[in-house]
Order: sequence, then structure tokens, then C-alpha cells
Amino acid sequence: MDEALLADLRRVLGERILFHEADDVPTIGVEASALFDAVTALYRDEALAYRYLTDLFGMHYPAGAGEAGREARGEDLGLQVLLYNMEKGRRLRVTCRFPVGSPEVASLTPLFPAANWLERETYDFFGIRFKGHPNLKRILNIESMTVFPMRKDFPLEDQSREDKDDPMFGR
Amino acid sequence: MGVNPMGKPSVPIQPLSGAKTLSPVEPPPGLEGQGFFATTLDAAVGLARKGSMWPLPYATSCCGIEFMSTAASHYDIGRFGMERFSYSPRQADLLMVMGTIAKKLGPILRTVYEQMAEPRWVLSVGACASSGGIFDTYSVLQGIDRIIPVDVYVPGCPPRPEQILDGILRVHYLASHESLRRRDSEEYKALLAHYGIE
Repeated sequence: MDEALLADLRRVLGERILFHEADDVPTIGVEASALFDAVTALYRDEALAYRYLTDLFGMHYPAGAGEAGREARGEDLGLQVLLYNMEKGRRLRVTCRFPVGSPEVASLTPLFPAANWLERETYDFFGIRFKGHPNLKRILNIESMTVFPMRKDFPLEDQSREDKDDPMFGR
Repeated sequence: MGVNPMGKPSVPIQPLSGAKTLSPVEPPPGLEGQGFFATTLDAAVGLARKGSMWPLPYATSCCGIEFMSTAASHYDIGRFGMERFSYSPRQADLLMVMGTIAKKLGPILRTVYEQMAEPRWVLSVGACASSGGIFDTYSVLQGIDRIIPVDVYVPGCPPRPEQILDGILRVHYLASHESLRRRDSEEYKALLAHYGIE
């Protein structure tokens, strides 16, 4: 990662940066409980000024994948926030992880109104609950769905299909 | 035997042996004489129903494109008395479901079917509407026959307009050969009850 950018990030976030890496996009990891404060600080800082929310989405790394040490804490489920500084054309990825049992994180809607539907989608597919979201309900799937289909423990195929119950040619 | 533009002798296409020939102009059995034709009420009503069937095109994906081709001048379902599309389910006789139906769309399709007046027929066009097709996944309804009864299935991904025409003619066959009392029968009521439709 660019040294000047890293120095700026350290000045603003300090110890809240758990790890950083220069991927295709500069990436920093923070605790889930600190995500909202971190993104707010990145928004308000005059030098960094990440004031555009490009995307926000969940991810699921079943045990054994992802950042070292995290799976040992059962933190399989994660959230990625892609931020953009439109004036300087700079991007930043902020990621956090939390256990499957209690996937809770503060909603970014007070800061970015655009996060509303993105967080609903993330809730819909990963079951991540955003505290303080004005209307946290499913957005794409049917309301009666009981599972979060993008989690890896959920089979992708529709389980109600009978024509593939074949020992030789079925799935 | 003529010569086609490709320079090869053209061979008249023979119908497949044993295949049921479906003719749009076949009169029902009856008594014919000078200036009159007498037949049963069932057959006369069936003739009228098949000759002016109003379809409701419920096109959601690529099968809908094939349907547009079927409806356009080259294939022209107007030849079968179907040029008037009913975009209101109240006046539609035939629900043509063409395309992938997501689970979220299921209740809407069911409402459309429920709003149609009897007698009503359903044509399921393409693999997705008939069985879910390649979309063996959590979000797609695995065949519309899980929520509404279907009269005729047209296979294909997507089917060619000829196949859709064949499916339409088979619906016409069902309509013209249906007993007037069929919709009052216990079997029909049991069918609707199976789907939970009033």
C-alpha cells in the first residue's frame, strides 16, 4: 500500500486497523464493532475524504478459509465496504468479520443513504443484521424464505426438484 | 418435383407416421344437408371457443421472444383466431406462461390465474416454466404446475415458434373436445382444491 496513504489511515484510525494489504484495492480490516466509527472518520477526514459508497456486501468463508486467526474465533461471516474518494479517484476497501451466531453490525445508513438497499440485500442473502437500519427486510427474495441462500451451508440447488433424483444421471 | 433456390430437388415434407394431425379447420361430427349443419351443443361451443381463444401472454424471458415471433406475421397466430391478446386476465381464456418464473413472481402468476374466468386453459412454454429448466436454484420456481394447473407443456429451451404453434393447437384440441360439464365435475373441483384455488 502507498506509504502516504497508509500514514493517513494510521493517523485517522490508529489502532483500529487490524491489518492492511495492498490488494487490487487498498484494504484495511477493522473490528465489526468499530466499523461505523471507522467509516465515519474516513468520511470526515479532509485528506482522505472517502465520501462515496461504491458497494457494500457480505461474504462467507467457512472455517479454514480467509484471514489467519479469524476462523479460530468462529468469525466466518464478513462484510466488505467499498469506499471511493471521487476528487482524487482513490478507492478503499474496509472489511470486518463476525461470528455466524451473532452477525450484527451498525448500519451505515446515517452516513450513506445509499446503504439502505445494499444492507437489505446483504441481510437477505447472508443474514447480517444491521443495527439502526430503518427498514431491514428482504429485498430480492420472497418474504417467506427462511434461509439465507448465499451462506455456504445452504445448498445452491432447489431441494424440491424431483426430476434429478436419479442415481446415475441425477445430481 | 420442383427445384428449390439451393439447387437441390425439393421433397414434399411427409407427416410423421402415426402422428396425430391437428387441423384448425376440422368440423365436428354432425348432420349436414342443404343449408344446415346439426351437431351437439358441446361441439358447437367447443368450435366457438377454439376459434376465438384470447390469450394472455405472460412472457418473462427468452421464450417470450419466441412468442413474439410466433405472434408476428411470419408465423401469425392470428390465423387461429388469436390475434387479440388480452392483457386483462378477466377476458382471457388462455394463460401462456413463457419464461422463468421466480419464486417471488409465483404469487403474482397465481393471482393472474385466479382472476381469469372459467373456462380457462394454461399453456406452459419452455423448460423453465415447465420444470425450472437450467435454473435449479433457490430463487426459481421449479415448474409453474406447483402453483397452477397446466393443460399443455411445450418443451424446448427456447422452443421454436412451430413448437409453440403445436402447443396452441393442442390447447385448441382440448378446448374443442371438452365436455360442457367438465368444469362442474368432481375431478375438476378436486384439481383446483389440490392447488388451493377457490
